[in-house]
Amino acid sequence: MDARPQPSQKPDLVVVKNLVKYFPVRSGLLQRTVAQVKAVDGVSFTIKDGETLGLVGESGCGKTTVGRTILRLIEPTAGEVYFNRENIFAMRPDALKAMRRHMQIIFQDPYASLNPRMPIGESIMEGLHIHKIGHPKERWEIAIQMLKKVGLEEYHARRYPHEFSGGQRQRIGIARALALRPKFIVCDEPVSALDVSIQSQVLNILKDLQREFGLTYLFIAHNLSVVEHISDRVGVMYLGKLVELTDRETLYREPLHPYTKALLSAIPIPHPNAKRDRIILKGDVPSPLNPPRGCRFHPRCPWAKDICARQEPEFKEVRPGHWAACWLVD
Amino acid sequence: MAKEPLLRVNDLVLHFRTRNGAVQAVDGVFFELGYKEAVVILGESGCGKSSLARALLRLLPRNVERYSGKIYLENANIMALDDEQFRQNIRWVRMSFVPQAAMNALNPVLRVGDQVAEPMIVHYGTKKEDALAQAAKMFQQVGVPLDFLNRYAFELSGGMRQRVAIAMALVTAPMLVILDEPTSALDVLTQANIFNVLKRLKKELEVSFILITHDIATSSELADRVAVMYAGQIIETSDAQRFFREPLHPYSKMLMASVPRLRTNVEPDFISGQPPSLLKPPQGCRFAERCPKRFAKCSQEPPVMNVDGIQVKCWLYE
Repeated sequence: MDARPQPSQKPDLVVVKNLVKYFPVRSGLLQRTVAQVKAVDGVSFTIKDGETLGLVGESGCGKTTVGRTILRLIEPTAGEVYFNRENIFAMRPDALKAMRRHMQIIFQDPYASLNPRMPIGESIMEGLHIHKIGHPKERWEIAIQMLKKVGLEEYHARRYPHEFSGGQRQRIGIARALALRPKFIVCDEPVSALDVSIQSQVLNILKDLQREFGLTYLFIAHNLSVVEHISDRVGVMYLGKLVELTDRETLYREPLHPYTKALLSAIPIPHPNAKRDRIILKGDVPSPLNPPRGCRFHPRCPWAKDICARQEPEFKEVRPGHWAACWLVD
Repeated sequence: MAKEPLLRVNDLVLHFRTRNGAVQAVDGVFFELGYKEAVVILGESGCGKSSLARALLRLLPRNVERYSGKIYLENANIMALDDEQFRQNIRWVRMSFVPQAAMNALNPVLRVGDQVAEPMIVHYGTKKEDALAQAAKMFQQVGVPLDFLNRYAFELSGGMRQRVAIAMALVTAPMLVILDEPTSALDVLTQANIFNVLKRLKKELEVSFILITHDIATSSELADRVAVMYAGQIIETSDAQRFFREPLHPYSKMLMASVPRLRTNVEPDFISGQPPSLLKPPQGCRFAERCPKRFAKCSQEPPVMNVDGIQVKCWLYE
């Protein structure tokens, strides 16, 4: 699509191996654990330096949990995450804190993620303060510099979040994530709360900043059209697992997994005459408390075979660079 | 379109009183809708589209400053009715409503079957068992399993709850259903399923839809007509075929260009700035400040121009 440098030659910046996160369900007087919500259940992928990996899936599939666990904002149940070849999960608190400079996050809800009682300039400075970078005056200058990078002005810095529109707040969130000059940013649904007419403004800013600072993104979203426009590679999650992962072009043109096919076929096309050969799925996404045996997608899969109910398919590289977990794909 | 439209809205105004002045949420809205047609009211957050739904159904809060205009339903001005007549003869009898976030609008302590049956009991004095039988028929119509009749809302998934809300709007066989953002909180697969249901209902039943949404792509599946709303006003109404191919108003054009499309090389565009406050909207064209095509005349309010059957509120088409 656009002539971005091919990141395939670059080294891996983030390596995720077999990531597992269960949330305990507690009940009764002693708050004993009675069940486990298997939010993320064995997810592995890598993100190359300078690339954007899109992560899509329906609500409750665990995509946000993946993003937050990678940054260790929530503690993992099992697995390993390497950032720049260092195991994040094995780090002691002080080492982790030093590492956090390089890994930032942009949150979904621009209305909830900024402190309403803090001028936005100070919100942006906070990370610099925590990491003791520069003295207060320099921090303020960096904050203003970052605001300008996202298309806001110096006078905005003394204003409070309620004085800004949703799109502006999301840009402030980006400025804050950027202030520490991180290498890696988890973008957790950064445009889903925004009106369509301003979404691409935020997306363009993300792309420009990536080029300027050589950033690496994990871009989490449920909107497949948005993900297509920003990602180099895209992973599809279903019920706590990755079901398919490949470069954008291949995923959107030749998807292999039935779930990806169904998702793509359901994307609305803004034209009344558009041809829609939809794959209609039965039922709803099962509960991650008690996911189906075998392939998790088999109860809804239009092409399920006997083996799909019995044995879980392995997530493997079925073609060069194209990973999928499905018995029907060889 | 039929010769005599089912619904004709003229100069509908709904202003709210606030401490800071009047919020002109709906300010001179007009559109028409034929029998068995669907009109999509497209607009972004804060443009007054949900207030428009409330104005049409006269579901008004207490702080109304001004509520005026004409709404003709089958040639009778329903704005002339008093509140009790409106309740008895119009709301949920001829015109019903699927509110925004309908999935959270269901009563948590009532069985969903009873809830769907309720309008029949209230408006037609139907006996409970007959009303429940009618509710069961509606459940089949919208694709909810019949054994869900005895369940509570929290036992249903979001998509199922949305279907129940649609069933509740259809149970009295109204001629017009207003849907306010029926799928915006749902996942893409559920969204597609709900729209399949709506499309089937439109084919099978004698019903028209007013679909209020910000979701341009999804709305194109159901729309026969499109009305674009900006800052409390309708700025373009058009036939859906023509609108999705070639919108006329600069705002409509830019809005369409901002929709990300699959498998294209076209990068989505954006509209800089933000919509004006509805407290003190600008004197002239309300989009002028953000419009790349503005010229001197735009400081005066544009009239509604007619361009081959498309109504557009823009000086460019004078």
